[in-house]
This record gives sequence, C-alpha cells and structure tokens, in this order.
Amino acid sequence: MKRPVIALIAFAIIACLPLLGDNYLLRLGTMFAMYAVLAQSWNIIGGYAGYPSFATAAFFGLGAYTGAILQGFGWPMPLAWVAAGLLAAVFAGAMGSAILHLKGHYFAIASLVLAEVLLEVTTSWTSLTGGGMGLNLPIIRMSIAAQARLFFWSMLGLAVLTFLMSWYVSAGRIGFALRCIRQNEDASSMVGINTTRYKVVAFVMSSLFVGAAGALYASWVFYIEPPDVYSVMTTIRPIVMTMLGGAGTLLGPVIGSAIFLVIEEVVWRNFLSVHAAVLGILIVGLIFYLPNGIVGAVARRFRKRGAENGET
Amino acid sequence: MSILELKGLTQRFGGLIAVNDVDLSVEAGEIVGLIGPNGAGKTTVVNLITGVFKPSSGTVTFKGRRLDGLKPYQISRMGVARTYQVVQPFPEMSVLENVMAPAIFAAGASSKAEAMRAADEAIDFLGLKDLRDTLASELTLAERKRLELAKSLAMKPEVLLLDEVNAGLNPAEIEIALEMIRAIAARGVTIILIEHLMKVVMSLCSRIVVLHHGAKIAEGKPDEITKNEKVIQAYLGNRYAKANAAEKPNV
Ligand SMILES: Nc1ncnc2c1ncn2[C@@H]1O[C@H](COP(=O)(O)OP(=O)(O)OP(=O)(O)O)[C@@H](O)[C@H]1O
Ligand SMILES: [Mg+2]
Repeated sequence: MKRPVIALIAFAIIACLPLLGDNYLLRLGTMFAMYAVLAQSWNIIGGYAGYPSFATAAFFGLGAYTGAILQGFGWPMPLAWVAAGLLAAVFAGAMGSAILHLKGHYFAIASLVLAEVLLEVTTSWTSLTGGGMGLNLPIIRMSIAAQARLFFWSMLGLAVLTFLMSWYVSAGRIGFALRCIRQNEDASSMVGINTTRYKVVAFVMSSLFVGAAGALYASWVFYIEPPDVYSVMTTIRPIVMTMLGGAGTLLGPVIGSAIFLVIEEVVWRNFLSVHAAVLGILIVGLIFYLPNGIVGAVARRFRKRGAENGET
Repeated sequence: MSILELKGLTQRFGGLIAVNDVDLSVEAGEIVGLIGPNGAGKTTVVNLITGVFKPSSGTVTFKGRRLDGLKPYQISRMGVARTYQVVQPFPEMSVLENVMAPAIFAAGASSKAEAMRAADEAIDFLGLKDLRDTLASELTLAERKRLELAKSLAMKPEVLLLDEVNAGLNPAEIEIALEMIRAIAARGVTIILIEHLMKVVMSLCSRIVVLHHGAKIAEGKPDEITKNEKVIQAYLGNRYAKANAAEKPNV
C-alpha cells in the first residue's frame, strides 16, 4: 500500500516544477509526463498480459489527429482531448477483438500494421487531415509561459490518471487475470478466466490515455504531420522505458520513463551526430544486464537479503 | 439421470480420427476409469468435454445442458474441472495464488478474502500447507501434480477429469495421491480417471471404459474388463492376463 502513495507524492513534487521558472526543465517535465503515460499504458498489455503490442503509435497518432481536427472544428481543447482518448479506445476495442487471438510475434506484427494503415489513411485523406502537408492547430490566446505551464500540468495530470489506472489494474482482479494469461493462457481459460475479454480490456486500457496524450501533444506543438505522430519511435520508446524500469510492475514504467529521458537528453546533447547509434547500444546493454528492469533487480536484491537473514 | 453424457462423440484431426463415435454416460458420484494404449484418444476426450476442442460431431451433455460449443472458461464455471497430463501451473505465482485463480474466476468467490479461504482449504486438503508461499516453479513434480489437484478442487467441481495424475510419481507418492483421489470422491465429486497403472484403476474405479484407436472397445466392471479378450489384446497384453491368472489362485 505504501509504494503507490510515495509515487503520488513524487508526482505532486514534480508538479511544482514551474516554480523553478526554467523553460527547458518545464519542456523536459512535459516530455517525462508524456513518456510516463505511454509507458504505463503499454505496461498493461505488454507487461501484465505479456502481449508485445506495437500499437502505441497508432493510438497516439489517431489521438493527435482526432484532437487536432476537432479543435479545428472549434471544439474546446479539453473536450477534444477526451474525445481523442475515447476514439482511440473504441479503435483498440475493435482491432483488439480481431488481432488478440494471435500469439507472440504474429500479434506484434499485426499490431505494428495498425499504425502503418492509419498513416496511409491519414496521408491520403487530404480534405480532412491536410495529408502530407500536416495540420496546424488553432492559436491559443495565452502567454507562452502560461501555455507551457498549462500543457505541463495537463500532461502530468494524464500521467497521474494513467498511474491510477495501473494501480487499479495491478491491485485487482484484472491484473490477476492478466498475470495468469501471461504465464499460461490455456491454463487461464481452464481456471475460468474469459481470456478474450480480459485481453481486449487490457488493449483498450493501453490505448485510452495514449490517445488523449496524442491530442494533448498536438495542442502543445501546434503542428502535426503523419510521419511525426505515427513514428515507429513512439512505439519503441515506451517498450524500452518499461523494460528498463521493470515490465509488469507498478512503478517500473514511471522510473523507466524518467531514466530514459535523462539518457536521451544527455546523449542528444553530447553525441548529436551518432545519437541513434549510441542510444541503441545503451538500450541493448541495459536490457541485457537488467532483464527484469530496475524494479525487478531491486526486488531480487531484497528477496536475497531476506532469504539470507532467514537462514541465519 | 446421468450427470455427464457423451453421445456419438467424434473428433477428427485432418485425416486422423482421434475419437470415434464414443458414447458414455456417467452417474453422479461414480469413479469411472478411462484406459487405453498411448494415442488411444483419452486426452482428446477430456479436451472435448472441457471445450478445448469443439467436437467434429456428437454431443456432450452435463446435467442436461449441452457443453459442446462452449468455451473452456464457461465449462469450468459450470462445474467441470480437469487436471492436465502435462502439469500447467502459473510458474511465477505462489501455490496460494495458483489456487486462488480458480477460486476467483471459476468458483466466483465474492471477495479476495473469500478466495483465499477457499484456496487455503484446498491447499490444506492436499497437504500443501507448508508450500503455500512457494513459487510453483520451485515445486517437485509430485508437488505440482498435487497443485493441479488443489487448483481443480478450488473450482468446486461436480465432475473432475483426472488425466494421468500419477504418471511420473514413485510408489510412495502414488499411495498419497490415491488417498487424495478417494477423499475427493468422498466429497461427492464425480471422477473420470485416466490412468495407465492398472493397480490404481482397479482399486479406485467402479466402472472402466476402454478406448482403442479412438473407439470404445469395452465397458464394464473392473473384473469384467480384465477378462475381456479385446481389451487384453489391445491394451493389457497377455502378460497381464497371465500374471492375473497366476495371482488368482493365491487369493
Ligand atoms: N491437437 C491435435 N492435433 C492433431 N492431432 C492430435 C491433437 N491432439 C491429439 N492428436 C492425436 O490424436 C490421437 C489421440 O491422442 P490423445 O492425446 O488423445 O491420446 P491419449 O490416449 O491421451 O494418449 P497418451 O496415453 O499417450 O496420453 C493421437 O494420435 C494424437 O497424435
Ligand atoms: Mg493423454
């Protein structure tokens, strides 16, 4: 019961970031919150249920365009964000029912195709999306500093909502069912678990706040184009962050997001020309030496110590 | 009325007929033995009853309700449980969590506390109390088989299908398993027992059904089965018949 409370306090402390008055830090804070939304969401389908989803970019891009288009129609910003999240969830529900009976890498490939298809649709539906030219969002009448704070707090709020959803999942019946499914799907249905239903629920949960984050991102950056919001990196990053922190754990994805962001920034600043390569090597190394993530490694250290104490 | 009834049950895998037109009716409270050589179709029958496969033709009826066409999770919730020939625990979970899963999802425990109580009862019943918090992946084979039994008990089944729960156990472990099966039956659970050890089948079952190449070749009381010509040829072999005949005068 204690750990989630500590996490919530940490979120509250991070929420004070605007007090420092540093724009760069505020931008990083917003990035962190966004990454935390994506990683925690992926953790539900990828970590708890063990289904390697590559659909994050599909939900994110769908959300970004939904939000941008609705705002273009004159919808208020928060309403556009909510609608974007809901549409992503409906999309996940429909697609999930179709592809979640696939196992392992077949599911991974099918989920990867979702973003590709949406990218094609978005690019060719020029009248609605602006096609390859991208889409500008309505201007907000607010000072730059006030906007930066607004988007930071909104994104952080979304990260907290995602955290509360993860908490609900990990502590309850859904998380239990998903952990069973990850370990042995056939045995799960034999002990009475409606595996199809729980997998679809997990997939929908992994999409809802990602769609909203996509819309928030669109509002934040003012201009979106298909290759940006449907980028493969949007899919890869949350997976790496979650594995780094500890897949299938409550705090892992949040810790992983923070560390990943720091690594990315340091590498970006110092190795600009070989940025991708250095980042790739770092990721492979970390995953190789920390197969259960940071949370997993710490938990194991504690368990070992506990066992030693028990013996003596 | 019989609690479980199979009618014309048939399962084809491509050209292979794994189960061929099997009729069987099981009365409540019975322990029925299902025997036959390797590949006879015994596990496939279990898979058909529990919804893993939808039969190519034929029906499965449980307390007057059709099971064929239902999903495994639906059937397990209705009160038909099984153990796997190859044990299927949730390896990263403790014994307690493994047994809580069916208590929650199949037996429909209303709270976590109630699920834990039901799980603990099944764990105690099978003598796994000391291993309650051990990870399933750390259990020995005999312990895993008992865990399978505990899981299936936590479903509160009316019919229990036991697929070779004794395979791979040593004689002492088999004695223990035998006692547990008897104790489960004494609670009123109807049991279908798949078993290669004739000694176990003979001592537990009131009725035996013999499968060969997917078809039922014999059905009857244990002593009728051991004398049946077809069964001796297909399964028991002359060695068993002779040994049996040699033993008889001594009894
Ligand atoms: N999923 C499947 N796909 C194709 N063939 C199968 C499948 N399951 C079983 N079979 C085949 O059906 C036949 C019956 O198999 P089954 O496992 O039911 O036998 P069994 O009586 O349980 O044997 P054993 O005593 O070895 O456990 C075998 O020839 C087997 O190869
Ligand atoms: Mg078998």
